[in-house]
Amino acid sequence: MSGLTLGAVAYDPKVVTIWDGFRAWLRGPGGLDFDYVLYSNYERQVEDLVAGRVDVAWNSPLAWVRARRLAAARGVTLTPVTMRDTDRDLRSVVAVHADSPVQSLAGLRGRVVATGAVDSPQATLLPLALLRSAGLRPGADVQVRRFDIGVGLHGDHVGGERDAARALFAADPADAACMIDSNLLLFAREGMLPSGSVRVLAHTPPYDHCTMTAGPSADDALTKRFGELLLGMDYGDADLRPLLDLEGLKQWLPPRLEGYAQLERAVDEAGFYDAEGTIRAGDYRP
Amino acid sequence: MRATTDLDGLGLDEGGHLLVDRALAALRPGERLTVTGRHPALRLHLAAWCREHGHRLADTSEDASEDGGDLEIIKGTAGEQRWRDAHRAGKPDGPPDKRADPRWGLAARGALVEAGGPPIGAEWTERDHVWADVAPRLYAAAAASQWDPATAVDWTATINVPPEIERAVVQLMTYLVENEQAALIIPARLLSQLHPHFREVMQLLATQAADEARHVEVFTRRGLLSGGPLGTSSAGGRASLQTLLAEPDFTAASFLLSVLGEGTFLDLLRFIHEHAPDKVTADVARLAVRDEARHVAFGVAHTAHLVKTDTSYLGVLRQSVERRHAALLDTAGLNTEVFDSLVLLAAGSWEPAAISRGWRAVRDLQAGMDEGRRRRLAYIGFPDDEAAELSALHTRNFM
Repeated sequence: MSGLTLGAVAYDPKVVTIWDGFRAWLRGPGGLDFDYVLYSNYERQVEDLVAGRVDVAWNSPLAWVRARRLAAARGVTLTPVTMRDTDRDLRSVVAVHADSPVQSLAGLRGRVVATGAVDSPQATLLPLALLRSAGLRPGADVQVRRFDIGVGLHGDHVGGERDAARALFAADPADAACMIDSNLLLFAREGMLPSGSVRVLAHTPPYDHCTMTAGPSADDALTKRFGELLLGMDYGDADLRPLLDLEGLKQWLPPRLEGYAQLERAVDEAGFYDAEGTIRAGDYRP
Repeated sequence: MRATTDLDGLGLDEGGHLLVDRALAALRPGERLTVTGRHPALRLHLAAWCREHGHRLADTSEDASEDGGDLEIIKGTAGEQRWRDAHRAGKPDGPPDKRADPRWGLAARGALVEAGGPPIGAEWTERDHVWADVAPRLYAAAAASQWDPATAVDWTATINVPPEIERAVVQLMTYLVENEQAALIIPARLLSQLHPHFREVMQLLATQAADEARHVEVFTRRGLLSGGPLGTSSAGGRASLQTLLAEPDFTAASFLLSVLGEGTFLDLLRFIHEHAPDKVTADVARLAVRDEARHVAFGVAHTAHLVKTDTSYLGVLRQSVERRHAALLDTAGLNTEVFDSLVLLAAGSWEPAAISRGWRAVRDLQAGMDEGRRRRLAYIGFPDDEAAELSALHTRNFM
């Protein structure tokens, strides 16, 4: 294959607008022979990346974790290309009702914790790891009320997280809810979690989110050029700005991998994937 | 000096970002802002907000378990980048620019326009093709002269008109309504293709359409006041009006409708007012003629403005009259029922002497209409002989 084909997950109709726009821009003067394909879920995208059926993949953090494991098991090399400025130093929180008697994570013992979808790093896997770090076993010491919306999208669909937050105020309320810091702010600004209505009990250390990953079939020179073009995208460019706004970034940054260590541990603790990247979570049906 | 802002107890979930944004506006990208506050989730909120807006919260790697306290934002470049290629959509006061940039879209005249966004698909982007210096004053006059059809006319006044004269009034009202409907559609159509940079013209056309909407209402209401059915609508009359709708050029449409059509209507409405057999008829004609005078003033001023900048445009205008005349050659033109109604209205009775007076009055009306058209054509720039020739080609249907 002469060009570079990217895989992206269609978690929202806007993904077509974004990648159609980027495709046209990347194929412009001085660009490269670029195309994209869309996946309904990250698992197939990752498998195709490692198998060389797509050259690069716009990976969720969990997709990166699985891709890394699959690649290591098969002896193939992955190359991180870029990440968004908004992919760095995120935190997830465990929030309780402002009037809750619970004052620490340990206080959640025997209580109900609402989470996002089974495969959401930010609203399920990472916050549950935070509970484990406080000595609480999800499903044993705390009851997990999971909101499986958009399973296979690795939490890109906000619905599960939104329902988890809403569960704090349901008729049969959850005692705590897990969400990413930006959604804590979003839900508050929307009025769903009015200011002062919730209290953050604890939050994770910072972690990183999506990463652009080149697989074994990607041509090195094209991958390098692709990375240069992404890094050169200018928020001042009126044609690119709406696309960058839709994709949720102001600029692409060089990749870094240390921000995924927390998720690697969380995946191991939950038994979500094994070391070879095989899906082990029994109730995960992407 | 360190830039600081204190949010006190205010959270970013209830407007705190306004204070942060205000303080950041004074800084250059890369400069730092210290934020203090007591909101328990301030650090988490600020980190998320900074990410979303292209800023960075310093020292994010430190243990953030102690929320609150001093936080430092490093200003990003996104704000400056976003406005880098922005430009003003002309000047807010004074005459509009000679050429309206489609990229200004719907932006207010004088606004700072962010680059990007869809260009407006307006057909009329050249000032001289839509403008008249009197437009702002005419719009102000129009805005100040809007009247309420419900109260401007005493609809309870007794109509004590002989039945056959009343039928003539009803016929005239029926005719007026179809003319006003054409006169409403044309400015509305021009408006939809006008670049909004020419704000005063846009506003004036909007009031013009609103004027005609009121005229349609009051003429309809007067037509139905005596409880009878409305009068007739002739095929030739409708054909004549429809040729106005077909004119694609802004100036030619304005010229045919306002200079020639509505100009002729001024005399017609004054005639109806003068010979009205009842107060309601007199009032609706009086109210309409006041509005129409503004429409004529703009049509004349705009056409003259364009001809002044490009005298060859007289040829385009001439062709538009000839084209319309040719299109109407095979039609009867004025509805004979309308013509006869005018005679009867002026006569006031079926006495032969009265009919003779009415006939002469309508002849005088037509002569007056012709004179008015020639005067306006001459003002625009047509030589007198050509003005007379073009006036004679005007539709027999008046509008």
